Amino acid sequence: MNQLFGFVKKEFTHIFRDPRTMVILFGIPIIQLMLFGYVITTEIKDARIAFLDHSNDNVTREIKNKLLSSGYFRLDANLIQESEIDPIFKKGDVKQVVVFERNFAQKLEREGKADIQVIADASDPNTAQMLYNYTNAIVQDYTKKKYAGFTIPVQIKSEVRMLYNENMVGAFMYVPGTMALILMLISAMMTSITIAREKEMGTMEILLVSPLKAYQIVLGKVAPYLILSIIDACIVVFLGNTVFGVPIRGSLFVLAFLVILYITMALSLGILISAVANSQQVAMFISGFALMLPTMLLSGFIFPIKNMPEVLQILSNFMPPRWFIDAIKQVMLKGNGLEYIWPNVLILSAMTTLFLVLSIRKFKLRLE
Amino acid sequence: MAQNTKLTDSNHCQLSIVNCQLRAPIIEVKNLVKKFGRFVADDHLTFDVYPGEIFGFLGANGAGKTTAIRMICGLLEPTSGELKVAGFDGYHEREKIKRNIGYMSQKFSLYEDLTVYENIRLYAGIYGISRKVRLEKTDELLKKLNLEDSRDKLVGGLPLGWKQKLAFSLAVFHSPKVVFLDEPSGGVDPLTRRTFWDLIYEVAHQGITIFVTTHYMDEAEYCDRVAIMSEGKIVALDTPAALKSEFQADSMDGVFLKIARNKE
Amino acid sequence: MRTILYLLQKEFIQVFRNKAMLPIIFLMPVIQMLILVYAATMEMKSVNITVVDLDLSETTTRLTAKFEASTFFHVTRAQLSPAETDKILLKGSTDVVVTFPQGFERDLKRKDEASVQILVDAINGSAAELSNAYLQTVIGSYNQKIRAEMMGVPKFNPPQQIAAIPAYWYNPELNFKFYMAPGILVILVTVIGLFLSSLNLVREKEMGTIEQLNVTPIKKYHFIIGKMIPFLIIALLDLTFGLLVAKVVFALPFRGNILTLYVFTSVYLFLVMSIGLFVSAISDTQQQVLFVSFFFLIVFIIMSGLFTPVESMPVWAQKLDIINPLYYLIRIIRNVVLKGSGLLDMTRELISMSVYGLIMFSLAVWRYRKTV
Repeated sequence: MNQLFGFVKKEFTHIFRDPRTMVILFGIPIIQLMLFGYVITTEIKDARIAFLDHSNDNVTREIKNKLLSSGYFRLDANLIQESEIDPIFKKGDVKQVVVFERNFAQKLEREGKADIQVIADASDPNTAQMLYNYTNAIVQDYTKKKYAGFTIPVQIKSEVRMLYNENMVGAFMYVPGTMALILMLISAMMTSITIAREKEMGTMEILLVSPLKAYQIVLGKVAPYLILSIIDACIVVFLGNTVFGVPIRGSLFVLAFLVILYITMALSLGILISAVANSQQVAMFISGFALMLPTMLLSGFIFPIKNMPEVLQILSNFMPPRWFIDAIKQVMLKGNGLEYIWPNVLILSAMTTLFLVLSIRKFKLRLE
Repeated sequence: MAQNTKLTDSNHCQLSIVNCQLRAPIIEVKNLVKKFGRFVADDHLTFDVYPGEIFGFLGANGAGKTTAIRMICGLLEPTSGELKVAGFDGYHEREKIKRNIGYMSQKFSLYEDLTVYENIRLYAGIYGISRKVRLEKTDELLKKLNLEDSRDKLVGGLPLGWKQKLAFSLAVFHSPKVVFLDEPSGGVDPLTRRTFWDLIYEVAHQGITIFVTTHYMDEAEYCDRVAIMSEGKIVALDTPAALKSEFQADSMDGVFLKIARNKE
Repeated sequence: MRTILYLLQKEFIQVFRNKAMLPIIFLMPVIQMLILVYAATMEMKSVNITVVDLDLSETTTRLTAKFEASTFFHVTRAQLSPAETDKILLKGSTDVVVTFPQGFERDLKRKDEASVQILVDAINGSAAELSNAYLQTVIGSYNQKIRAEMMGVPKFNPPQQIAAIPAYWYNPELNFKFYMAPGILVILVTVIGLFLSSLNLVREKEMGTIEQLNVTPIKKYHFIIGKMIPFLIIALLDLTFGLLVAKVVFALPFRGNILTLYVFTSVYLFLVMSIGLFVSAISDTQQQVLFVSFFFLIVFIIMSGLFTPVESMPVWAQKLDIINPLYYLIRIIRNVVLKGSGLLDMTRELISMSVYGLIMFSLAVWRYRKTV
């Protein structure tokens, strides 16, 4: 046991000696949280638009002013003819062109109806749709104000409550996601690479002939990352709670249990990868390619699983982060306890066991 | 074996020194110092190496041999002192020096995932050797090393002794003026080491200067002149015969032990 | 110049001899492309709604039927107490609970308005917003319909109306895959190009093989170029595979000139690999390179506009994007492929990337030391 302790200590000094590693270990979670918190929003502000006003009367001018003072839009150009639209879109800055038809005010006065054409650059379909919705709402609001005092009868009113995240704070979403991603990065990726490194440099053989047992070597490699991962998890939860106001409605104990279970799963996965890979590059590409992107995209972190095609929904069941993110959200946001999240716990435990059994078999094969 | 005896004949050494020292030195080192932070790895080294000589650097691990050889090859920047190789300055004309030298590091550093021939082709290409010359010399080399069957085998699969011979042959493939060997025969048995030295002698006979570091005493005996290093300093420099008579020892081993004892 | 050819030959042999890496280099990007583009979708597919109808009037039953008629909703009718409602929401077995209070129809007729209570499980933010938006559309159109019925006019409108008619250019069906596929392809090409080249260089340091090269008179920029070109070609091959997948599987329209795209991507790869090689020139182990690259890659991806539009970021963040290579290529590839933008439309991006690339390349050559 003393030997093992010494070995773990050696591994720790290895990690701590390189400032680059430390920056990554603690920099990534903090920077990522900050980016998600302060930089990434789904709301759009100051989108560049252009006008093509064939009429230029007082009604179109009023509407244009309304649009520009809404905060959603910023004027990029006033166009003169239709043929200018395509080139301006091709440059990529302008997202929408608002076209007013000829004799706009006159037509509105005489026929009671006038058309605005909202041409959106739908190469980004979400933004296009959102900008159109903003535009439409502003235009409708303009007409409504014009006929103030006019009330609409027979109204079904919706009293909507967004449960567990009343103000739709983005942090409630990305704090659990970031945690899943970071812990995967540190635990699975880092362990798989350190072990693969020993194999590649030929130092694994030296370790294997030492009095340490194989499992002790693996344990020694893994222990520092277990501790670092726990520290990172604490940082993410703490920052999420204090800076971004993500609540912890459930029990801290359950939360801690979940986090440690997930880390253990990720470490076992890392060991499995290193058992399969014979070089750092292979380990890196497997953990980077096959783990990171799916962790971001197939786990419900960014894109809801429900929207995915059937096949991918089934596939996402095999993604451990999916179960972790779901459980973490339940505990933190809904305040659920083990009576709700036991299936997630069961699945994560089963995955951990599977990874461990597979890597033990794989390692044994190699040693014999 | 008959050939071996001829090659290791000590007369060769004596003769060549006389010949060599008549010419201008090919390596001139004066007060060369290398510090890593506060640690002085090489402390004011001064020596000359003459064309055609087999010059040995003998010392225990950590004595500063490798640092010295890497400085002379242009792999490390000296802290201070003068350094000239093949007439070029060791500070400003490193790339010109590199045209005139070959190097074999203590760690095998050919590409293990390339075949024997692919390694030869790569290095021949880098030195600008024409295809025709390359093919001729490759056949000659493989024949000499008895590697004809292994031409298209991955280098990683060869036994260590063969790898070392191949690495050495590649280091002199472009006929450099000097070849630097940093502990070239570590980790192999004495017999393999012996055949390795036969190769070295053969190359020396072609007029290529050999600069070799080692901590094997038997290897030191094969050199024309030996500099003994200890804690970053050169503590003795002469032919093995002269050293042995000076220290009244019957082998280089004895010389080395006496020097170590004197220090205490 | 001949030297470079020998270096290239060597790199290619090594890449194609590494049996473990080949499928990773050529197969993984295609598989990832197939999976991730399908995964990255904001299109709503199915929402579980529980309708608690305490009114059981004609109006509420008809509205419930409207929900059922929509393909987005999977409706369960249930008479639940507030406590039971809480429980199914906590359990997550339903996404939305719509409750019609008693007297809904009566209020609508007498008071001219009635309220329906909608509880949305918002732990999946964007999905919750979308479900609610769809729900509101259904309620809104039903509202117009019954308003017309009750008032006896075909459609009730204010006296003057301005219609804002949308026209979605370049992607009239608002196909989200057309947006994501090029973006994800950029990430894949980046990962392949960046990591293969930078890890390769530092691996030579780790294994010691670089020493043998450093004692040769090889020129530093020859060496760096030799580390770049093979992986540039491989990354372009991956781009080709990816584009084929996008074309065949996702029916991605190609309005632009493909050659233009290759020119842009090559300049981009030159930039990205220069950054990678610079990082490996200042590192000693593959691990260090990996960590540093990963750190920047994550930041760059988040800020690149892959998932969220760059325009919605704070101004300072948008300004920072001038050093984000991914930002350029994601923008370019979408513009070129979907809109048919040409070199002239994107000159600014092209110049920025070239200048940036040359700077990073010089830094990489400068920092690569033949001395240790």
